[in-house]
Amino acid sequence: MTRISVRVDGASYQDDVEPRTLLVHYLREQLGKVGTVVGCDTSNCGACTVHLDGEAVKSCTVLAVQADGAEVTTIEGVSRGGELHPVQKAFHEMHGLQCGFCTPGMIMASIDLLQDNPDPSDDEVREGIEGNLCRCTGYQNIVRAVQLAAGEMRGAPASDGHVAPAVVDTAAAPHVVGQA
Amino acid sequence: MTALEDRTEAPAPEVGKARKRKEDARLITGRTTWTDNMVLPGMLHLAVVRSPVAHAKITSVDVSAAADAPGVVAVFTGRDFAEEQGSIPCAWPVTPDMVNPGHPSLAVEEVNHVGEAVAVIVARSKAAAQDAVELVDVDYDPLPVVLDMEEAVAEQPDLCHDHLSSNESFRFVFDAGEAGTGQNTDEAFANAEVVVSRRFVQQRLIPAFMEPRAAVVQPQGDNYTMWSSTQVPHILRLMLAMITGTPEHKLRVIAPDVGGGFGGKLQVTPEEVITLLVARRLGKPVKWTETRSESLMSAHHGRDQIQYVDVAADREGNIKGLKVHILSDMGAYLRLVSPGVPVLGAFMYPGIYKFPAYRFDCQGVFTNKTPTDAYRGAGRPEATFAIERIMDELAVELGMDPLELRRKNWIKAEEFPFTTVAGLEYDSGDYDAATQQALELLGYDELREEQRRRRESDDPVQLGIGFSTFTEMCGLAPSRVLGSLSYGAGGWEHASIRMLPTGKVEVVTGSTPHGQGHETAWSQLVADELGVPFEDVEVLHGDTGISSRGLDTYGSRSLVVGGAAVVSASQKVVAKARKVAAHLLEAGEDDLQFESGSFSVRGTPGTSISIQEIALATFAAHNFPEGMEPSIDADATFDPVNFSFPHGTHICAMEVDTETGFVKIRKYACVDDVGKIVNPLIVEGQVHGGLAQGIAQALYEEAIYDADGNLTTGTFVDYLVPSAADLPHFDTGNTVHEAPGNPIGAKGVGEAGCIASTPAVVNAALDAVRHLGVTDIRMPLTPERVWRAIHSGGDGGDRATAGSNAYGGAQTETTAGVSTEASSLGGDR
Repeated sequence: MTRISVRVDGASYQDDVEPRTLLVHYLREQLGKVGTVVGCDTSNCGACTVHLDGEAVKSCTVLAVQADGAEVTTIEGVSRGGELHPVQKAFHEMHGLQCGFCTPGMIMASIDLLQDNPDPSDDEVREGIEGNLCRCTGYQNIVRAVQLAAGEMRGAPASDGHVAPAVVDTAAAPHVVGQA
Repeated sequence: MTALEDRTEAPAPEVGKARKRKEDARLITGRTTWTDNMVLPGMLHLAVVRSPVAHAKITSVDVSAAADAPGVVAVFTGRDFAEEQGSIPCAWPVTPDMVNPGHPSLAVEEVNHVGEAVAVIVARSKAAAQDAVELVDVDYDPLPVVLDMEEAVAEQPDLCHDHLSSNESFRFVFDAGEAGTGQNTDEAFANAEVVVSRRFVQQRLIPAFMEPRAAVVQPQGDNYTMWSSTQVPHILRLMLAMITGTPEHKLRVIAPDVGGGFGGKLQVTPEEVITLLVARRLGKPVKWTETRSESLMSAHHGRDQIQYVDVAADREGNIKGLKVHILSDMGAYLRLVSPGVPVLGAFMYPGIYKFPAYRFDCQGVFTNKTPTDAYRGAGRPEATFAIERIMDELAVELGMDPLELRRKNWIKAEEFPFTTVAGLEYDSGDYDAATQQALELLGYDELREEQRRRRESDDPVQLGIGFSTFTEMCGLAPSRVLGSLSYGAGGWEHASIRMLPTGKVEVVTGSTPHGQGHETAWSQLVADELGVPFEDVEVLHGDTGISSRGLDTYGSRSLVVGGAAVVSASQKVVAKARKVAAHLLEAGEDDLQFESGSFSVRGTPGTSISIQEIALATFAAHNFPEGMEPSIDADATFDPVNFSFPHGTHICAMEVDTETGFVKIRKYACVDDVGKIVNPLIVEGQVHGGLAQGIAQALYEEAIYDADGNLTTGTFVDYLVPSAADLPHFDTGNTVHEAPGNPIGAKGVGEAGCIASTPAVVNAALDAVRHLGVTDIRMPLTPERVWRAIHSGGDGGDRATAGSNAYGGAQTETTAGVSTEASSLGGDR
């Protein structure tokens, strides 16, 4: 067993882990951060994507011991002060999810993409998230969501605060014309 | 009672609004309840030992080393459960003499495919259980491996099950002449001026839902609660009771958040049975969660048919007859509806065309591969592919425009309802209107002009345009029809409406969602029916303890059947509330009008009472109509009298690089008629997702076995689920012809995109290179296949070069990816 110190979603943890423990298993099984999920065993699907010191990583490809001393942000830590992150909000607005299993990883990858490229073209979005698989949406609404968030983030300052599930507005989506 | 305020405009109906989904709140914040998230005190973890060989007798199993490993609590083999595990059920005996070899959850005497479960480790942690898998020593005595369907039904084949006399499970024939729904097919062909025959290969696919399967069982005395990532908690509960002898009323099955299914979780799996048996044996909560590799090799696969299709016509392009013979790979065992998949397709091969004669003949074939079963569309994509491909081939033979040939033969708008040669009554639609709209969406004329330019200039990148004008049968299903097809259950759906004292509404539905947005769409239905705010409705589902009756979600049935039950139950609530309102308003029931959720007396402005106030009055029950029980809650079970028949026109424009074989979708436009649209946002999303999977069959996905029966596409490295970069933008539209068979008018949308798109894509690629002599390219259209079809002829052969890693094996006529010794370096051993 190896002792690690890690900050996850704003809280500090010290734990003993087996050297072979993957970061995603540490997050899910030791910290109960089950918002982050495992979708494959070959680092293809990206469902387990989290941020390690601000960069997107597939947490099934990182050992827990490699996160020693690092700051980890999961899907459970991106909304602040009861406010959804613009990317979370945009996935909802644009129906960028159906079953929602890939969504945590997809959102974390999209946030990272927009940090690197705040004003991507549609093709750049598609290439930017190609490490994350979604089986439900056909990706078109994910691309729309990332573009919506990109616009909002270019004009909005980052907020800070307490982590909590946010209220979701279920009003009708304006971009789809209702049936006459 | 409230004074009637100045009446303003009634709120816009909820049905038709693009409501953003209620479900999203938990999904975008990671506050989800996937089965694998479940942790219970004292919970033990399972890991399954799986067969590395495709066909063998089990001569011995030594579990001693595994049982002694640290953290291991128990190890069970098939023998330990032989008396109580029964057989995985097949609910669809499609013929009276169908052969079912039986399907133990844990193999006892023999294994029949790679990945079959032979033992299970129970340990304190998942890691300890998985570590011990390696320590189980199983001796196998190998038997011949049957992989190729055409060889399997030829003379003197090796046997997939050595205790059976052949590899054929069933032979299902539908002959329109004999059924009285059409003319004699042989005569039609004998008299025809033109006959076109083709052999199409529907490659084996894997549903590849994103959430790996998981099951948790908690024993409490003689009661058992199972959480499972299933599409079908109600069916699962019933089947587990029948298989394991656990009484039905002692079993509760919960499908919590479920991460996709696509038919892949329409199953009663060996692992669910094993999890229940282990929990029952040990009296401890246990959890099983698969890895992706386990999922790809042991969860059921889809498609895998060889189709021999003959079409007869006259020289003017009037179709005269259709003959279809298919070999349908069951894999090693029959699962829940394995035989029913090709039979569902049987009635859809005539498509939207007025064939006077039709014969369908299907052999279900056993091979030593993972069993096949439902995958998005289940039989209908195969049928649609065959008819839409052969119509293009017929057009080529006749020198006709493919759309002109279709138009000449399809059912006209004024001919609905139309009874087809397969005996189905198509409900409503307008194929011409959908096609016109799709042509405009695509920008057809411009692309045809570009195609001409590229051809004339001999451009290395050629352009093609492919059509798919399709219909499908949805809303599974009328119970009597299912009965006539020997299906083991009905097709009704159930709903309950519970009016809470505060006026909030609980809707219980028997249709269990896994991404379809039931919570949102059902809320819209109920908000309109009861006149209550959308936000005041909560939809409960997926728990047999809460939703006692249901037949779950598959076959694009949820809205068409389950939604109809919700509407019907809502109407019963209103009828009961009307009696209470009449009593409280001291008026006759017939004098009441119900509008925007309130009852008022017609012609007497001033007083009204809302249904939400009636809910409170019912709770108190102080002042209630004489002889009426104090409840306005209601149940309803809806059983449709007919299927619904969505249709549409899908058009794909495809660029083919003739120098590299690389294909790229230039533009994809489709117009679907799914009847009444309850939520356009959800409908569009369903179409997108279906398109992605249908296009993936055409271009990317293929489950390949090597000559020994090893799945060589056993991870997401090799099994190519497309990424965002692999798929185009979709231009989608709708026409609306309401379904007459349900009170909503909806037709079903879950499978449409997947059923329609595959032939449009292949037809487009062929249209681009047909002038180069290419007549067919086998799916998926990998660059290498396309290149070979252009430069070497044929259908492009196997997926990659022999000996390369992407190659599963050598070419045989029938099955992509059966290796020879020369190619034995290929694949993933």
